[in-house]
Amino acid sequence: MEILVCARRVPDTSENEITLNSAGNDIERDELVYSVNEPDNYAVEEALQIAARIGGNVTVVTVGGEDDEEILRREMAMGANHGVLITDEAFSGSDGLGIATILKAFVEKGNYDLILTGVQAEDGGAQVGGMLAAMLDYPFASLVNSIEVLEGRKLKISREIAGGDKEMNEIDLPCVLSIQTGINEPRYVGMRGIRAVASVPIPTYGASELAVDPRSVGGAAARVKRVDYFLPALGKGAEMLEGSREEVIDRLVGLVAAKGGLK
Amino acid sequence: MPRIFAYIAHKGGVADDSAAELAAAAKKIDAAATLTAVVMGWGAELDSVCNALRGSYAEVWKIANESLVYPNAELVRKALVKVLPAGGVVLVAHEHFGIDLAPGLSIKLKAAFVSDVLEIEGVEDAQLKVVRQEFGGQVSAHVRCDISSGAVVTIRPGAFKPLESTPVSGSVNDKSADVGVLTASRRYLQTMVAESGDVDITKHNVLVSIGRGIQEKDNVAIAQELADAMGGALSCSRPVVDAKWLDKSRQVGSSGKTVKPKVYLACGISGAFQHLVGIKGNPFIVAINKNPKAPIFQVADVGIVDDLLEFLPELTNKIREMHGVSAK
Repeated sequence: MEILVCARRVPDTSENEITLNSAGNDIERDELVYSVNEPDNYAVEEALQIAARIGGNVTVVTVGGEDDEEILRREMAMGANHGVLITDEAFSGSDGLGIATILKAFVEKGNYDLILTGVQAEDGGAQVGGMLAAMLDYPFASLVNSIEVLEGRKLKISREIAGGDKEMNEIDLPCVLSIQTGINEPRYVGMRGIRAVASVPIPTYGASELAVDPRSVGGAAARVKRVDYFLPALGKGAEMLEGSREEVIDRLVGLVAAKGGLK
Repeated sequence: MPRIFAYIAHKGGVADDSAAELAAAAKKIDAAATLTAVVMGWGAELDSVCNALRGSYAEVWKIANESLVYPNAELVRKALVKVLPAGGVVLVAHEHFGIDLAPGLSIKLKAAFVSDVLEIEGVEDAQLKVVRQEFGGQVSAHVRCDISSGAVVTIRPGAFKPLESTPVSGSVNDKSADVGVLTASRRYLQTMVAESGDVDITKHNVLVSIGRGIQEKDNVAIAQELADAMGGALSCSRPVVDAKWLDKSRQVGSSGKTVKPKVYLACGISGAFQHLVGIKGNPFIVAINKNPKAPIFQVADVGIVDDLLEFLPELTNKIREMHGVSAK
């Protein structure tokens, strides 16, 4: 099975506090730790496990710039056969539709049976997978948390729905699935693994190689644009308990006891 | 102003809570809008949903089709593409079904798409002005969406308060004949109900809930000891389940359990909305987190900025002392 995984490099929220820059129009990007978007990493692991069970190849693709090569190498160190960087000035500022348009052009150059994305990016809208599927006229399922390959070019999948229930579906190949975290346990990648793929060439594709009309993508074509970032003010905020740890604990125990929180 | 449609999810003959929230969101796009609810399904359940919606929607479009007994997003999308006029704004709740349906629907309608909207600031020069959150709610963003060729907009559950306006008496229009035969390359098989697990967190008055901040599996015991000392149960947010440190039955949130405790200690939980929607009944929320900017502090009653791994054992000892058990 030929499997394509669409991945992204994003600021890692488990490593960073995301704050505003001094101008207040963007997040503070200095000294941010970036990593592969977490659900995308689960998608790569799932692709690798499917390929190991039934045979096949795993290609990881990202739309971005030079800096984004690092996540491709990381996923190749996990075992992906190929990494592909899609990069072009014309692509910068694309909205979800623009990214899906670019990925569609790439998918049509290959022969993929299964396309996986993560369910959502940290700064994204859970949109590109569903858009890409509709553009390709492939079936789509979101929030996928198990995949079983059946005979006759079909999959049996489950989707995570409300309350932890699972919605079981059968879906024809080729298809696009958005993968939920927790579907598997992504393998560990050490420095040694990353060094081993450090010199593997990563092919790049731009607008001309993909035959994408530059006017259909990028910031100028985007119908959805972020104007600025701001810090949300939800509700009144917590009363912060300060002082020595002992004082804080004394006050907390009193408050919790008054609310019936101690047996 | 474009026409506004709301796709209404329903179950067991009852419209989802989001039906009233979508109506409220629509009024923020255009206060004078004549709202149309689109409801799909089959049989008597569909009719009762349509009737109930007449109170909040001026028009209810009913689409009865036996293949829509269970809402398969691919079939629903195909039916919507057949009945919706070009250029409208279509609102869908941002939950598992909306995530399945809405992005592809926007492609087929050649409409713009913006997801998980939690505030609407109006329309200016065909630009819909909305607020979204990014990075797990750590920052919000003002976003503009060009609706001149229509738009599909998903609305965050709970973000828009239902309006207490005078009820309308809407009409039900049967659009079933416009839809015809529907086929899909994805087929619903069955729903597997989540297993209940060893502890039922929905039945406890006190929950000690842990998130990514607990750092590693061995530290889970620290929180369990506190829960035991308080006479409560241990629950968690999604990353703890993803890491397989606790069973899925312990997860609080949109894809886990909905809990109604009296006291909720959020330990090392950042406070993403997917987690917060699982906490109901207005409990006393204590947030303990080393990041003073964590969104959880916005919704908690009391906040403490400290290292969990040091704070929790000391709190446990204090409670044990109060109960007359000698501290370890």
